[in-house]
Amino acid sequence: MSNALHLHYEVSGEDFTRAGEASGAVKKRLKSLGYDSDAIRRVAIAMYEAEINMVIHAEGGFCDVDIYPDRVEILLADKGPGIPDVDKAMTEGFSTAPDNVRSLGFGAGMGLPNIKKYSDEMRIETTIGVGTNLYLTINVKK
Amino acid sequence: MVVKDIIDILEGEIICEGDLNQEIKTACGSDMMSDVLAFVKDQSVLLTGLVNPQVVRTAEMMDMACIVFVRGKDPDDSIVNLAEIRGITLIKTKYRMFTACGRLYANGLSGGTKI
Repeated sequence: MSNALHLHYEVSGEDFTRAGEASGAVKKRLKSLGYDSDAIRRVAIAMYEAEINMVIHAEGGFCDVDIYPDRVEILLADKGPGIPDVDKAMTEGFSTAPDNVRSLGFGAGMGLPNIKKYSDEMRIETTIGVGTNLYLTINVKK
Repeated sequence: MVVKDIIDILEGEIICEGDLNQEIKTACGSDMMSDVLAFVKDQSVLLTGLVNPQVVRTAEMMDMACIVFVRGKDPDDSIVNLAEIRGITLIKTKYRMFTACGRLYANGLSGGTKI
């Protein structure tokens, strides 16, 4: 664990316009560390979609990011309502986002499917009324 | 095709100037950002009728060099500032989405993904 670079970000649930700041910062950091651009893009997109989800559904939360030489591990934790049916939430096109979110360009039911697509490992721990922890591992190289 | 060519083809107006000589290989037209994020492409331009900061953030995550706002829509200062910091070119065109995409396609730009 000692060789990981650890980053922590709070995600505000109040300001939709700021959603993506943490992902952007991680992207920049990975770039400065010299990782491959395709790998960086996969990390950035997966984390960005998850960040958006936190803002849309859970009033924010936090991200812990551990950067290793061969992988990036991300925990996105929120104290939102939880996901009642994870399988359904993983279906492309299925969304519970309110209409106002759709007018902002999200809520097409592609968030979790996109996150899965760009991650090498994805694990969801969710409890109704308590919150959701999303664990992602994305393999990277320099 | 480079960013400058896109401005010519769409008779566009520059709102925020990045690298106008950046090569553009593919294009994507959508108002749904998650659909844009579903297909990673290289050196792409995003055409959209959506005007909010998440358009710039989506382009940032995707390494897109240029965003075209269709139907002459004007982004506000917060959007322009985000793009400026990231070196992303913002263009507005009076053409509608279908026509703007069609003009670029007719000039050799493709979607970059197989069906």
